[in-house]
Amino acid sequence: MSTTEILFFFLSALALFSAIMVVLSKNPVHSVLWLIAVFFSISGHYILLNAQFLAIVNLIVYAGAIMVLFLFVIMLMNLNAESEPQKHLWMKLAGVVSGGCFFLVLVSLVRQAADMTDKMALMGDGNIGLIKNLGKALFTDFVVPFEITSVLFLSAMVGAVVIGKKE
Amino acid sequence: MTLLSIDWLLLIEKLILIAIIVFASLGIALYTTFAERKVAAILQDRPGPNRAGPFGLLQPFADGLKLIMKEEIIPSSASKFLFILGPGLAMTAALMTCAVIPWSSHVELFDRKIDLQIADINIGILYVFGVVSLGVYGIMIGGWASNNKFSLMAALRGASQAISYELAMGISLIAVLMISGSLSLKTMVDQQMAPGQLWNVAYQPLGFLIFFICAMAECNRTPFDLPEAENELNFGYHQEYSSMKLGFYLFSEYVNMIMSSAIMASLFFGGFDIPFLDERTLAPNIAAILGVAALLTKIVIFIFVFMWIRWTIPRFRYDQLMNLGWKTLIPLALFNMLVTGAFILWRQGG
Repeated sequence: MSTTEILFFFLSALALFSAIMVVLSKNPVHSVLWLIAVFFSISGHYILLNAQFLAIVNLIVYAGAIMVLFLFVIMLMNLNAESEPQKHLWMKLAGVVSGGCFFLVLVSLVRQAADMTDKMALMGDGNIGLIKNLGKALFTDFVVPFEITSVLFLSAMVGAVVIGKKE
Repeated sequence: MTLLSIDWLLLIEKLILIAIIVFASLGIALYTTFAERKVAAILQDRPGPNRAGPFGLLQPFADGLKLIMKEEIIPSSASKFLFILGPGLAMTAALMTCAVIPWSSHVELFDRKIDLQIADINIGILYVFGVVSLGVYGIMIGGWASNNKFSLMAALRGASQAISYELAMGISLIAVLMISGSLSLKTMVDQQMAPGQLWNVAYQPLGFLIFFICAMAECNRTPFDLPEAENELNFGYHQEYSSMKLGFYLFSEYVNMIMSSAIMASLFFGGFDIPFLDERTLAPNIAAILGVAALLTKIVIFIFVFMWIRWTIPRFRYDQLMNLGWKTLIPLALFNMLVTGAFILWRQGG
């Protein structure tokens, strides 16, 4: 077993375990912290694929910014395990049904990906994830979608400011 | 087939390097607390700590011993695991930055060329940025786990302050990246060391100013120490902490200060470059040692400026802090980025 394989299995186990703990934790703050652990292990996978830029951006954006805001909201609303309202039975039922539907889609996806068997991911080499190649691809081949995304971001920002300004 | 195919020599070399750098940073941080008290004393025209050892030099050890010997109190209503995790996270995030800082060029020992940098990764400065953005978790988790309203308020303040100033910091960084064209700190330092090349601060004076102010805010130093404003929040996010866990929080502030000084020196002041000296004319080992000394000198100067400001300027009000961050620094940083971009385009004759 090479170091890469050991790291891969370790990170996968960590990601799955943390993801399960996100769902199982009673306390929302603990859920958020487990979710941060999931992001870390996924960033580890990115590094194994030599996509260093994606790995660190995943950390900065998700773990560093979005999850901080999540924590912020949860802490301000003081959602503790005790104060969490008990959910209705039909709410739980709806959750089970929608979760089951999602699971079905996932299973069918995995089954359709039969042509991916016997193929290895490029571990440690392949340099499309490095910042130079990624930037070139974004600004030449994909420049229109990229710019459209930035306009989308701008409108979201303006929208947030408008909502925030409303008295 | 071997179970693990690892370059053991490289592993040992890196482990030794990590140990040296971490312990050196902790040692410097120890004496930074002493320097802080001495600088404060000089600025306020009083002798400062002078009882423990000659010139009071043993004072930090006395302080550390005091913190360790104190009783450990964990509030009964606190979330125990997170309460312990908080200071640990704060310290880890503070120390993790040192991995990408180029402390000097390379030394040659036992026929091996050893780079005095733990990891020269291709996204160096982004890594620093990522670690800095994680540092806020130490404050938030500690403040929340204490189950104390004042701690929680202080933690939320700290988090919103850190996020606000990270933005301006990132934008001012982009202007530097446009000049250097690389994210690796080592490459950036090498570029500034090249003969005929000035330090980045000459091209980016405004960018440096913005970065410096933001670094001060990220370290929670006065005038930006709103998370521990004692006249509003008793003591801040570490109010419920005692003993060495409190020590970790206080200590991580000093480690953060050293690391941000090292980053500023590398980004804007040539890193381990010695002005008016071509290092390539020296033997590599001597050049490396001189380089470390040069970087440490720059760090000490930055730390002194940090302290000087702390004991000169009073604390901001919270709305002033937010206004400075969002309405002054971010527009200034954007302007700086625009001017830099236009200038680079003009130089290329586009």
